Amino acid sequence: MIEFKNVTHFYNTEQNEKIASLSGINLKIHKGDFVAIIGANGSGKSTLVKHINGLLLPSKGEVLVENLNTRDMEEVWNIRKQVGMVFQNPDNQLIATTVEDDIAFGLENIGIKAKEMGERVDWALNIVGLNGLRNSEPHLLSGGQKQRVVIAGALAMNTSYLILDEPTSMLDPKGRKNILEIVKDLNKKESITIVYITQFMSEAAQFDKIFVLDKGRIVLEDSPKKVFDKAEQLLGLSLEVPQITRLARELVKSGLDIPGNILNEDEMVKYLCLYI
Amino acid sequence: MMFFRNITIGQYIYRDSIIHKLDPRVKIITVILIITTIFLVNSWTGFFIIGFYLFINISLAKVHPKFVLKGIKPLLFIISFTLLIHFFTTPGDIIYRIWILNITREGIHRGLFISVRLFYLILSTSWLTLTTSPIALTDGIEKLLSFLKIIRVPAHEIAMMMTIALRFIPTLMEETEKIIKAQIARGADFESGNLVKRIQNFLPIIIPLFINAFHRADDLAIAMEARCYRGGEGRTHYRQLSINSIDHVFIIITLFILIVSYLWVV
Amino acid sequence: MFIHLKDVSYTYNLNMPFETVALKGINLKVNRGEFIGIIGHTGCGKTTLLQLLNGLIEPTKGQIFIENIDIHKNKKKLKEIRKKIGLSFQYPENQFFEENIFKEIAFGPKNMGVAEEQLVQSVKKSLQMVDMDYQSFKDRSPFSLSGGEMRRVAIASILAIDPEVIILDEPTASLDPQSCSKLLSVIVDLYQKYHKTIIMVSHNMEIMAKLARRIIVMEKGEIIMDDTPRNIFQKSIDRLEDIGLSLPQVTYTMYKLKKIGKPVSSGILTVEEAKEEILKLVNENKK
Repeated sequence: MIEFKNVTHFYNTEQNEKIASLSGINLKIHKGDFVAIIGANGSGKSTLVKHINGLLLPSKGEVLVENLNTRDMEEVWNIRKQVGMVFQNPDNQLIATTVEDDIAFGLENIGIKAKEMGERVDWALNIVGLNGLRNSEPHLLSGGQKQRVVIAGALAMNTSYLILDEPTSMLDPKGRKNILEIVKDLNKKESITIVYITQFMSEAAQFDKIFVLDKGRIVLEDSPKKVFDKAEQLLGLSLEVPQITRLARELVKSGLDIPGNILNEDEMVKYLCLYI
Repeated sequence: MMFFRNITIGQYIYRDSIIHKLDPRVKIITVILIITTIFLVNSWTGFFIIGFYLFINISLAKVHPKFVLKGIKPLLFIISFTLLIHFFTTPGDIIYRIWILNITREGIHRGLFISVRLFYLILSTSWLTLTTSPIALTDGIEKLLSFLKIIRVPAHEIAMMMTIALRFIPTLMEETEKIIKAQIARGADFESGNLVKRIQNFLPIIIPLFINAFHRADDLAIAMEARCYRGGEGRTHYRQLSINSIDHVFIIITLFILIVSYLWVV
Repeated sequence: MFIHLKDVSYTYNLNMPFETVALKGINLKVNRGEFIGIIGHTGCGKTTLLQLLNGLIEPTKGQIFIENIDIHKNKKKLKEIRKKIGLSFQYPENQFFEENIFKEIAFGPKNMGVAEEQLVQSVKKSLQMVDMDYQSFKDRSPFSLSGGEMRRVAIASILAIDPEVIILDEPTASLDPQSCSKLLSVIVDLYQKYHKTIIMVSHNMEIMAKLARRIIVMEKGEIIMDDTPRNIFQKSIDRLEDIGLSLPQVTYTMYKLKKIGKPVSSGILTVEEAKEEILKLVNENKK
């Protein structure tokens, strides 16, 4: 379990002002959870997830991963073994000059024996479907493929939590869809806990639970159905609802008796078939 | 206006050959030995033997000579320049005179010697980089340097820097090209003006390039830390290097040939 | 006609071992006053096409005419062409280099030979076009801005050279929903209020359906569709699905309804259209 206990994080501006990028965050993410985090730019999403594996430490409060405290200098390495991270820019995360060497990078760091490393790399490559590209150089891959390499690198470490910080924002629709499919599969088949930051509301709608952040606070924490039911509040937070939900709301306003929080096309089709 | 598309870093060409299979450490040491020898050798017979030895090595690598010679092309100017400098500036028996310049017998001799040395130097390093992947090269260097750890040579750090450089050079080149194009689209001119003006003109390329590179470095450092990187201590290696009998045979033959070439004075 | 690409092909590393075809046999005519959306996957040749349009690269085959002049016949004219056709690259904030926004925006017009005393006017006007206040922004560092503001300053730096055509390569990439809609309203203004011709690449089909008057779909270096958004989303939806381009959710819903035999008209582009169409059908059903 990931647990935030009253976490506040200050950073210093150039004018030496102390600004809280997170204030009083309390949250629990259980093993096997499939959660999304949304929020406007600067709402503290990235700062929040960087606390999970001790890349940032709370100014106040505690962050616990499997009851290990991120403040504990010794334990932080054990936490990082369990918490894999994927960041936004696919270009700036790959370290080695071939795909397989990059996937092995983390394993080398934690001192895994060569033979076992080979097995784990093969396994991870298979899961993300990149077996054919194992010898490729990173700069020749597409953005989506690069992100898959990063995910494979985390999987090879036998990570149980995968944190993705806007992994699809620089990808094209095909790459975006592909990453989301992989992430869903990892949750279902490998029971890996997923924490996924996104700006795409249609992506967030596909998770089991959404945390909505505003100015360093969690303002909503609920299922997508309930979150996107609060369209006015989301608009006030500079967010929006998926296009299909907007349509549902418009139809409800015009007197059609359907739920106003429809989240995907299939659901919409199902309800409309009752009327036409 | 494609500036950098043609450059391949570490001009490695994959072939299934004995040379490709040699341990990178063996190849690095071989090149060091060759380079040392070519600067010690003082006879044409010696040069001939080394040349023949290089020719065999390159043939065994199954790499088309075209690729080997490609590496020499950009340095042709330097070679011919050295040649001319020696032709005209070495005192001795004058055999030809152009205006106030004298060509001497010693000059020709020395010039040719130096040129052949440069030529071999490039040939042998090309042989190494054509047949050894950047990764193998980095691993080899790290292993070789690790003997020097006792005198505090940061072998792992050097290797890691090489890896990151190799990984990011293509990315940064692409980025440079994009910045150049973007500034041209804003009317920037990189072709006219005097030297000072031209240097000024490059600021709109250099500054964004640096700023972006620092951003990348930041991102990369965080990504590395998130993947449990904490220096070379306790680190294992995905790629295992092993020296086998072929490596032994190769290095013995090499040593033999190089010693012969040095000692053989006719 | 303003821009005319005649049988244009572009190959990277021509006659080299790693030669790659980026564009083949492109024929394209662009008129003044158009709003063209270009869609296609990464690597389909979009970016190469944009660079050809303002003469940054020269086609390996074919000709490019701008106002009936072959732009590569007379190299000296290229700068003039870049003045007429402004190109804003993807992530344009990566090209910032000046200490303040004034200088950043003035870079273009200065290069194009605009006199010092006119620069202020030109910067003011461009900032106004992207809906930013001259006084409060001119002295700020371009690096201190939010993501959305950076994009707008970058676009202003192109507007400052006063082009007739603005080419935008994925202007909304990586922006949050609010900055995204702000930027889009700026782009709409450029088209409607300032009468610029717009050529825009975007992966966001919802945006494309709403804004563009003409959509060009590219795949593997070729133009495979070139039509109005309505026609494209009406006739070629299967094809778009095949290529894996994401459709706007409402368009897709209507398409699905039609597929299961409901009498909806396809080619629905926006929430409003979908709403009207559905309500119309619901009312018909009641009768």
